[in-house]
Amino acid sequence: MITSLLGILFDGFAYGMLLFLLSVGLSVTLGMMNFVNLAHCSLAMVGGYIAVTLMNRAGWPFFATLPMAFLGAAAVSIVLERLLYRPLYRATDLDQSLLTIGIVFVSIATAAYIYGTAQLPVQLPDYLRGSYQVFGRNFGVYRLFLIGFSLVISIVLVSTLEYTRFGAQVRAAVDNQRMARGLGIDVNGVFAITFALGGGLAGLGGALAIDIVGLDPSFAFAYLVYVLIVVSVGGLGSIGGTFVAAMLLGISDSAGKYYFPQVGAFLIYLVMIAILMWRPAGLFGKR
Amino acid sequence: MKRILAGLGAIAMFAMPSAYAQQSVKVGVVMSYSGQFADTGTQIGNGIKLYMKEHGDTVAGKKIELIPRDNGGIAPDVAKRLSQEVIVRDGADILAGFDLTPNALAAADVSAQAKKFMVNMNAATSVITTKSPYMVRTSFTVWQLNESLGTWAYKSGLRKVYTLVSDFGPGHDGEAAFQKGFKDAGGEIVGSARYPVANQDFAPFLQRAKDANPDGIYIWVPGGTQPAAIGKAIAERGIDPTKTKILGQGELTFEDSLKGMGDAGLGIITAFHYDYNHQSAKNKAFVTAYNAEFKRNPDMFSVGGYDGMHAIYEALKKTNGNADGEALINAVKGMKWESPRGPMSIDPETRDVVQTVYIRRVEKVGGALVNVEFDKVENVKDPWKARMPK
Repeated sequence: MITSLLGILFDGFAYGMLLFLLSVGLSVTLGMMNFVNLAHCSLAMVGGYIAVTLMNRAGWPFFATLPMAFLGAAAVSIVLERLLYRPLYRATDLDQSLLTIGIVFVSIATAAYIYGTAQLPVQLPDYLRGSYQVFGRNFGVYRLFLIGFSLVISIVLVSTLEYTRFGAQVRAAVDNQRMARGLGIDVNGVFAITFALGGGLAGLGGALAIDIVGLDPSFAFAYLVYVLIVVSVGGLGSIGGTFVAAMLLGISDSAGKYYFPQVGAFLIYLVMIAILMWRPAGLFGKR
Repeated sequence: MKRILAGLGAIAMFAMPSAYAQQSVKVGVVMSYSGQFADTGTQIGNGIKLYMKEHGDTVAGKKIELIPRDNGGIAPDVAKRLSQEVIVRDGADILAGFDLTPNALAAADVSAQAKKFMVNMNAATSVITTKSPYMVRTSFTVWQLNESLGTWAYKSGLRKVYTLVSDFGPGHDGEAAFQKGFKDAGGEIVGSARYPVANQDFAPFLQRAKDANPDGIYIWVPGGTQPAAIGKAIAERGIDPTKTKILGQGELTFEDSLKGMGDAGLGIITAFHYDYNHQSAKNKAFVTAYNAEFKRNPDMFSVGGYDGMHAIYEALKKTNGNADGEALINAVKGMKWESPRGPMSIDPETRDVVQTVYIRRVEKVGGALVNVEFDKVENVKDPWKARMPK
């Protein structure tokens, strides 16, 4: 009984960390820059395709593809930001949603055009497969890796945004653009870098997710709902909040599916509704 | 005067195709060319194209003209509208395609009312063919495969099985069919669960199945990215397919899925009607031609499209090019032929497909994972309709 609970907690936590990696970039761009970027998961898909292409066609090792997934998705998001997003920073939420959902459709068609509609196979190196057996339970190696990796990423992110000069500039530019400009901060540059960071994190998340969930052109939509739930439950712009929300949703999802398979899939939505009724701005949201 | 002549010439040029149109049979192909099920549409379409390339585009003096229409995924209202349009506006004589059950059901009404011959090339829920007396199916039914698998599972020595299926129509059919086959033979179902259609993480479901200590776990999964995810989760849970048998319908071990699973897929047993690895001369030629044309292997969708075209061609030969719905459906009843999948025929009573169900095991052959047939049940009719009150 206890061991099965432990197993479920572990699986749920790891799944939550996957959600965290996919959503943290959106939390940064949506929370910091108030831009509704529904194409976030398209960036994750870009990361996924880069990782798969490098692994399958160029024979790169899995770990070497991760920085490329980050850089590739970041580069794409810089282009998007420069060309399409910038004119809409002050537009309404609806305009932003319409533009970005359009980009999602374009990205799906593009992926289907280049890679075809079939799913691409992903094979991890042997040392990341299989599982350790403890107390009669199996703990997946890849899940352990996901948990460790996410912890590192969140620590790096929080310290960058809270304790560095760049982080202070981002926060200043978001709170009061005119004042920030007046102080000599290059607001456009800061926003571009922030966006690239958000996009890069999405790409990284995508590259890490494909082993558990697979990759085909519909990826850009498959995770969008979960990512939006995580970000809204966690509270916009709060990295700690995103972490807690992702963990909570991952665990409640896994526990629900294990203990009550008939209704388990809905539990994630019930948890979301309950939390948002209690705290409409999300767990750690400020507004 | 010159101008008028030129004008008349132009009119004549435009008018000519309609004169030729009398000599053609138009086939409206309604299926998903985009969206989540785009690959299904691609493969059915490839099957159709290959058949027409091999057999020419003229039958009984009539030119076969395809009118493709994109259904874009699960959208019965769209399927119905497209089927109507293609008949009324484009003058289609035959409806074909239909990748998904809800779409096929909606289009069946159109076929029944317009009295048009309809070839269901994929959608696999048993009830569909009863909705239009002009419909024939060239794919399979979920009951056909899974009830056979249930019966076979008991015969092979399994006594306690856990079932895990996708929570939508065909998944429920798979669950019911397997459980009926298995329980009627004397087996016991020790637990069952349905996972949401868009499920991503399978760990909790498989852990629950493992904790019920069954001899076998039956899984029904539609194609796409889920089979590989399931295969990996099975290995990660520490479920050994050589001890706890993993059973399922063929989608579980599609070529792409096996590539994603890797060695985790070894030993999985599935029931299916077609695999590119099926050993016959006819299939070898089919796979070679298919690869030359499309640079990939055919799958069950391709063969559904290929045999669907065969049904259309042969029926038109029998009716001497008459594309009337009544004439075509009568021509196709009881038709028998050798398909790349093996012998198949059309049941004259139900207009549904009768074929061999192969039981296959995933093995490594020459370094690649393939489905190897090791048992089969011949001449399987759809058991669901056989039990239906007449």
